[in-house]
Amino acid sequence: MNQPLDESLEKLTKTIASTPKVGSGRFQRMAVTSASSLFAVFVALAICAVLLWVTDKDWVKAYSTLFGAVTEERVLYDTLQRATPLFISAAAVSIGFKMNLFNIGVEGQMRVALLATAVAGAAVRLPAVLHVAFCLAVAMIAGALWGGIAGFLKVKRGVNEVISTIMLNFIALSLVAWAFDDFFRDESNTEGVLVKTKELPSTAWMPDLVDKPKLGGTLIVALVVLLLFWVLVWKTKFGFRLRASGGNAGAARATGVNPGRMIAISMLISGALAGLVGMNRLMGDVHAYQNNLGEQQGFNGISVALLGQKHPVGILFSGLLFGFLSAASGKLQLEDIPKEIVTIMQGIIVLAVVIINGVIQRWDERRIQRKAAAQLEQLAAAEAVA
Amino acid sequence: MTEASEYAVVLEGIGKSFPGVRANYDIDLRVRRATIHAIVGENGAGKSTLMKTLYGMHQPDEGTITVNGVQHTFRSPTDAIAAGIGMVHQHFMLADNLSVLENVILGDEPASGRGVLKLDVARDRLHALMDSIGAAFDVDTMVAELGVGQRQRVEILKVLYRGAKILILDEPTAVLVPQEVDELFANIKKLVADGTTVIFISHKLDEVLAVSDEITVIRQGTTVATTTPGQVDRRSLGNLMVGSELPDPSGRDTQVGSEVLLEVAGLDVAGAAPGAKLALEDITFRVHSGEVVGIAGVEGNGQFEVCEAILGLTPVVRGTVTIEGTDMTTAHTKERLATGLSYIPFDRHREGLLLNSPLWENTFLGREDEPGLSSGPFLRRRRMEADSRQVIARFGVRTPNEQVPAFALSGGNQQKLVVGREMSSKPKVLIAAHPTRGIDVGAQAAIWDEIRHARDAGLGVLLISADLEELIGLSDRILVMFDGRITAHLDPDTATPELLGSYMTGEMQEAS
Repeated sequence: MNQPLDESLEKLTKTIASTPKVGSGRFQRMAVTSASSLFAVFVALAICAVLLWVTDKDWVKAYSTLFGAVTEERVLYDTLQRATPLFISAAAVSIGFKMNLFNIGVEGQMRVALLATAVAGAAVRLPAVLHVAFCLAVAMIAGALWGGIAGFLKVKRGVNEVISTIMLNFIALSLVAWAFDDFFRDESNTEGVLVKTKELPSTAWMPDLVDKPKLGGTLIVALVVLLLFWVLVWKTKFGFRLRASGGNAGAARATGVNPGRMIAISMLISGALAGLVGMNRLMGDVHAYQNNLGEQQGFNGISVALLGQKHPVGILFSGLLFGFLSAASGKLQLEDIPKEIVTIMQGIIVLAVVIINGVIQRWDERRIQRKAAAQLEQLAAAEAVA
Repeated sequence: MTEASEYAVVLEGIGKSFPGVRANYDIDLRVRRATIHAIVGENGAGKSTLMKTLYGMHQPDEGTITVNGVQHTFRSPTDAIAAGIGMVHQHFMLADNLSVLENVILGDEPASGRGVLKLDVARDRLHALMDSIGAAFDVDTMVAELGVGQRQRVEILKVLYRGAKILILDEPTAVLVPQEVDELFANIKKLVADGTTVIFISHKLDEVLAVSDEITVIRQGTTVATTTPGQVDRRSLGNLMVGSELPDPSGRDTQVGSEVLLEVAGLDVAGAAPGAKLALEDITFRVHSGEVVGIAGVEGNGQFEVCEAILGLTPVVRGTVTIEGTDMTTAHTKERLATGLSYIPFDRHREGLLLNSPLWENTFLGREDEPGLSSGPFLRRRRMEADSRQVIARFGVRTPNEQVPAFALSGGNQQKLVVGREMSSKPKVLIAAHPTRGIDVGAQAAIWDEIRHARDAGLGVLLISADLEELIGLSDRILVMFDGRITAHLDPDTATPELLGSYMTGEMQEAS
């Protein structure tokens, strides 16, 4: 290439580099997505206020009681405690979303992992740190294997993962209940009517960060999961290929990315994370498997992931919100307001966020197109002057 | 004759803006009754927007629409159809699993009071219409069994069946081979003789000059001239359209090299369904360094499969693919790309871009392992962005910056970005499938220049194109594919569009 051309190229490159970026850049897009989540929360609050009002409950009192609880230390610790599994489960769902997979099976993957970890953890003798690591590894492997079934079916047989994970949830539930009842129940470790498996040795217990009010060490695991999720998806080549396959499978395929392999890997990772969801209860609290352990956390993770816009930072906030709502809901009963209003609220939040996202996204795309066109005109005008 | 009845359609002062784009302004169009009126303009000049306005698919911001002397406001195509306007879209909208007759009456079925179809009535009417355009085929054939030209005829019949007296044809010849084009023109001339008005949108100047009575030129959103074929020739009409000189794809000074960069030998690829005939049969060709080998053919005759097989995206039944002297028949796609193979895909939206991702991620796609852009498993974002700015600058992508998502760019700029990405990995062999499809003349010239420069520097190019002018102008050799086989080897210096057309339709085949 000749000299003047090189120079002019360099100049042009610099001009492009120096044009303002925030305009149509990622920060503004982030602001827009955050705004749609916030808006969804307000819509849900408004609808629930109407529900309370038509059922003759004092909605002002309800909300002041609910959000007044934010000052109570006990509620705050409980919020973190309840948010812990939600962080992990939302990360599990989100990594699927990045590959365009909707893993509804976190609940089942979690359940399989719970029993597997309770049984394997109680069967071995290991020093404290190793034993905890062993249990986490078993949980991840068990969850990955169960999630992997859906991945395998999708790659080999083209079975839609939504259908297969829902079905696998039912199978997991029944299979685990049967295995637990027939093989792993331990009568000696039974309080009242609650049947449990053999208790985990204390070396496998997840240490608490704070004793009273209780804050389990699994929170650290959850935060590490969110951090790793962020690094993996946004900072690595693998994550780029994953997002590329999810964004446009055809384009990724043309660059040599094997879509089937990506589906399998993301289902395995998603399942492995799902396996960790129940661990704060199993290893940090009950120390044995029982039937209601971690119930619904797999499904709640879907809501948290959607409200958190499938991004680790968003998941952090939405997990805290959902954790807080359920931690504070007990307060409502004292005021004779059914605490189920919180469950309804969570449901409406999810519906609202899905609808609002759809609308806002279209608006945002038009906004970006308009903005890009306007900036181009400015650029052309500037060039004409020069 | 009064003015009201002299013109079938009068559009006055039509303007239509979309966010950030003024698609049409000050449009002035007068279409005489029972004539063929061509509307020509570059891609993106605003032809389609204008026709959508006339067909009621959107409402103009300003201006008036007068049909047969009566001013109309079309809220939807239904209103336009009621006023006797019918539109045949570029992409056919037919149900494959219904017969011709069923497709034609779909949505407007003649039925008795009790809802029983009166097919005989429809059949008689359809036969009458077929006579009027001079089409002859069995109305009970499944549409799936029809060729492209016949399907188009069905689309036209469908519109006429609904009583259209003004027919809009949106780039009707884009999908046809020359012989089919002649048939189509014969049909519409017959229609016009019977009093129908045809508005014919095209950017193929030869056709426009051959068939139309009047021509209106649209440039950058507005009508710049109305003329007749008698007053202009190809060159002057082209200059009206572009506003400057037409780009010319031809010309080369360097010699074709002797090194064989890509060799495909005896390649067979299985058909889509088990037991179906082969999608590719005995494909053999070589691409040398500094050579452009063009592949002509009607879409769907195996060009896509050839690309997929060379890239390793589809399994090969028999034969070999050799890239730079290495047998790559069983190699993984990534390995092939790593040896210096690049691919400008058929459809930038389906295979080329992450529409929702910023441009710097798009210029990085497929180049994840290129040194400097990543380190170990991690991405180097600053480097990726800097690299993206270079691609944008070098290939003249019109964009405010590299952070804009790809969907915000116009089609031509998206295509330039894809071409830029594929060229910036410094390929030795380039598979370019329709590298300039659907983009404006300026961008087309820029892309041709880039390909020509790289070729002069030793790049081997396999060019797949539907633009015969591009093929003849750029290629050193032209292969014609028909029905999964190479049926002709032509010299671009002696090949004419008509000759290519004969091979493309399978009318002529070289003895193998």
